[in-house]
Amino acid sequence: MTAQAAPAAAPGSGTDPGAAPRRRRPARLRRIVALAGILPFAIYVLLGLGAPAAAIAVGAFQNPDTGAFTMNNVKIATSGIYLHGFLITTELSLITSIVPGIFGFLIGYAIYTARRGSILRRISVTAGGVFANFGGVPLAFLFIATLGTTGIATKWLTDIGFNPYEHGFNLYDLGGVALVYMYFQIPLMVLVILPAFEGLRPAWREAAANMGARTWHYWRHIGWPVLMPSVLGCVLLLFGSAFSAYATAEALTSGTIPLTAIQIGSFLNGNVLAGQQNVGKALGLGMILIIAVLMVFYSLLQRRAARWLR
Amino acid sequence: MAAIISDELAEEAAATPGPPPRRRWSFPVWRWVILVVAGIYFLIPLYAALRFAGISSFGQVVKQTGFSDALTLSIKLAIMTTVLTLALMVPTTIYVHLRLPRLRRVMESVTILPIIIPPVVLIVGVLEVSPSYLKSTPYLLGLIYVVLAMPFAYRSLDAGLRALDLRTLVDAAASLGAGWRSTLLRVIVPNLRTALLSATVLTVALVLGEFTMASLDLYQTFPVWIVAFDQTSGPVSTAASLLALFVTWLFLMLIVTVGSRRARRTGGGQVDLISVTRQDTSRPRIEES
Amino acid sequence: MHASRLLGSPGSGAFHGTEGKHVPTRRSLVAVISVIGMAVFAAGCSSSSSSSGTTTSTNAATATSLAAFGGMNGLVAACKKEGTLNVITLPANWANYGTIMKDFSSKYGIHINDANPDGSSQDEINAMVQLKGQSRAPDVLDMGTAFAIKADQMGLLAPYKVVTYAAIPANSKASDASWYDDYGGYVAIGYDPSKVKVAPTSFKSLLNPIYKNQVAINGNPTQASAAFSAVYASALANGGSLSNIEPGILYFKKLHQVGNFVPVTAGPTTVQSGQTPIVIWWDYLLASEIQSAVPGFKIVIPTDGHYAAYYSQAISKTAPNPACARLWEEYLYSTTGQNLWLLGKARPIELSTMIANGTVNKTANAALPAAPAGGLNFPTQAQESAAEAKVAQQWSSVIG
Repeated sequence: MTAQAAPAAAPGSGTDPGAAPRRRRPARLRRIVALAGILPFAIYVLLGLGAPAAAIAVGAFQNPDTGAFTMNNVKIATSGIYLHGFLITTELSLITSIVPGIFGFLIGYAIYTARRGSILRRISVTAGGVFANFGGVPLAFLFIATLGTTGIATKWLTDIGFNPYEHGFNLYDLGGVALVYMYFQIPLMVLVILPAFEGLRPAWREAAANMGARTWHYWRHIGWPVLMPSVLGCVLLLFGSAFSAYATAEALTSGTIPLTAIQIGSFLNGNVLAGQQNVGKALGLGMILIIAVLMVFYSLLQRRAARWLR
Repeated sequence: MAAIISDELAEEAAATPGPPPRRRWSFPVWRWVILVVAGIYFLIPLYAALRFAGISSFGQVVKQTGFSDALTLSIKLAIMTTVLTLALMVPTTIYVHLRLPRLRRVMESVTILPIIIPPVVLIVGVLEVSPSYLKSTPYLLGLIYVVLAMPFAYRSLDAGLRALDLRTLVDAAASLGAGWRSTLLRVIVPNLRTALLSATVLTVALVLGEFTMASLDLYQTFPVWIVAFDQTSGPVSTAASLLALFVTWLFLMLIVTVGSRRARRTGGGQVDLISVTRQDTSRPRIEES
Repeated sequence: MHASRLLGSPGSGAFHGTEGKHVPTRRSLVAVISVIGMAVFAAGCSSSSSSSGTTTSTNAATATSLAAFGGMNGLVAACKKEGTLNVITLPANWANYGTIMKDFSSKYGIHINDANPDGSSQDEINAMVQLKGQSRAPDVLDMGTAFAIKADQMGLLAPYKVVTYAAIPANSKASDASWYDDYGGYVAIGYDPSKVKVAPTSFKSLLNPIYKNQVAINGNPTQASAAFSAVYASALANGGSLSNIEPGILYFKKLHQVGNFVPVTAGPTTVQSGQTPIVIWWDYLLASEIQSAVPGFKIVIPTDGHYAAYYSQAISKTAPNPACARLWEEYLYSTTGQNLWLLGKARPIELSTMIANGTVNKTANAALPAAPAGGLNFPTQAQESAAEAKVAQQWSSVIG
């Protein structure tokens, strides 16, 4: 595989009468030239993401009044309730990325295998997009009206003799918040995994069936290995989305569950804690570090899984 | 499709992915159970909110001042963001898949960052580093939304590209004399239709629903207006949120329908969301060789 | 379908990132051009920005009293020349601001931009800093006193003495006139009689199990000052003091254990839907936000815990419309403005003076919930910071 920057050039130029024979550049130059392809992306990321992130990282170590270097913000951000907040947030995010990951996968597959051209698919995709970005106070109210103590579903269930609140369910604890998070996590999973299903050639299913493989065998040896990198990537996305979700949990719990994003909000745009914005930035920096750690695990997992494919 | 299956090898039939024909597996039952359960979960809260809001509240929402201005601004931002995002991510992702596969992990890490940093923190950073000529226009939000949309766009495109045998496609196109532009536009992009539509839908929905950064940047986009315009009446506020959902959904349906119709125009045989451009049999097929 | 039309961003026409895949050098050059193109596009889309500063005489930005304008007429004229006022975080039904803004607007013919009505005091400081020099930066601020003090320390405020400055109590304004209290209220218990049959009267009474799943506050005490004040008030009711807020946190823990506390952020919607029939909030907000939406909603100041707080007004030093900013303050501290706040069931800072002068709106005054006897104590900066830190650490222990 040559590193020429022209994807249309045939490997052996002899078969393509139209292309002029190319001079080979030295290897290092070829590599640099290849990297130039992602230059626009790199510049955009640097300006649009790198610069603000750097501002946040720098601010995390600054005294908000004097601008002097201080470890105080970081010290606060990694102790007591804030450390607890990181743990709870990670726990919540893991739950609300894996479970919706599974459901989203199943729903996505169900939609994908529906008849083509159906209105079902169009509605699912568009509705999915809408729900995936629905959150905050309106979503919280939706669930309060449904499963709150005087919610409509609570009333229905009580009428048939099963009051969820008497059996340990509470919309306002971690489990309840996780249930609400599914409302935007599942559609997100459906939408991002849907393109991946096209990697499953129906011919493979037929071939497997011809060889006597059952559904489970098909998935174990063909379906899962093919889809797994995409699925893991989508679950990672879900984790990130749950990790930084803020408005919904805030409206539901008013801070009674320590979640890092809510704590950041208290510092950065609250009415109570004055002059401590940089602790908020330190917390933001903490979130970036956590995801960095997670990315390492994710890479290891992908690499391990890639071995299954061969 | 039946003709093609009977004429060629199963390999070639694979070029037109779709539901496996004539299944004996218990798909249909299982599929409907899942969809019904999902339907219940998603629709009942909407019903509860609708019941609380009452139909008359909707009329009040639309009549308020600022409704059309806010909606127009949001739609403009949505278009801007989507175009920029696709322009940036599609070539980059294809290029990485083709040329720099080792950078895929790096790309994943980079594109997960915007979603990890809570918007409430990000906007602080953005406003600190932005030059003032950008800050004084709402289009700064459009530029930032591209960063927010990056994770979703990349993930969709990545999933879609993994589903293709990209190298074979490209080589086949090259061997048939297609320049890189034809390859991109007539070979790769049509195969990415689902991924592109997924990415578009997610980006547009994101912009039409993004509240935190717009409100802290003090601009009245549609979501900001929805929250701000009426705090007194519970039913009216709820109606406003539901209306926002509905308007976004309509807009997305419009995009998706137009996107499908385009498939018809460019010579594709299939009309719907997940399809490939199929040449008619008189022209050389370059999807899979 | 051309690449540029499919993939080019509107206006720039220069995003030929995919164009030069053949020849790298041309591609890199084009990539650079495209980035510049994007920046130019962004700049081209921007309206005329940093038209900062005053359009009137530069005096306005440094005027410290009406005298600098040569009287009210001069101030009004200067403001009319500016034509706009940027306010921030003022919801229409918060202490009657909707009517106040309308009245000011029609009286002087000034257009008011009300940005981020749901925002917080910290948002106001952030906006002043981040939008400095822009024409949409905030002119005037209404924020929690702790934040006003902070903003003053950061050098963001412009000192100004309104005509009635002397009527503001000495402990309710900055020594250099950079901020001054405007209105306030008591922490009160509001309840919907159609769902709550036994009227609550005090924090203690709320522990009665008949109020199961009915009691809520307006938000997160580490974020919302109304919620924070509710905890403070409950501390006073349970043996705590201004320097000891812990009994308040323990009170809410007990309230949750009994099953009465609903952690949701209460508001008109949750009351109307029956989810939170009892709300502990500022008395004037219970009146203007909930009473207006829920017929018969009653408000009572708890007998065992009296806590009141006032918000503070300030003018931004870098206000894009300094004359209008000062006119706004004069208006707010005139009898008209103060009475309008009173009509919003808030207690204006000059209330006692107005009662003595007879300029108070008597019906509005009578409609206020009876103020508890005895003087009011406000926490000092130090006490408040300590209390905030305590709440921040312990609030999540309330639930679990």
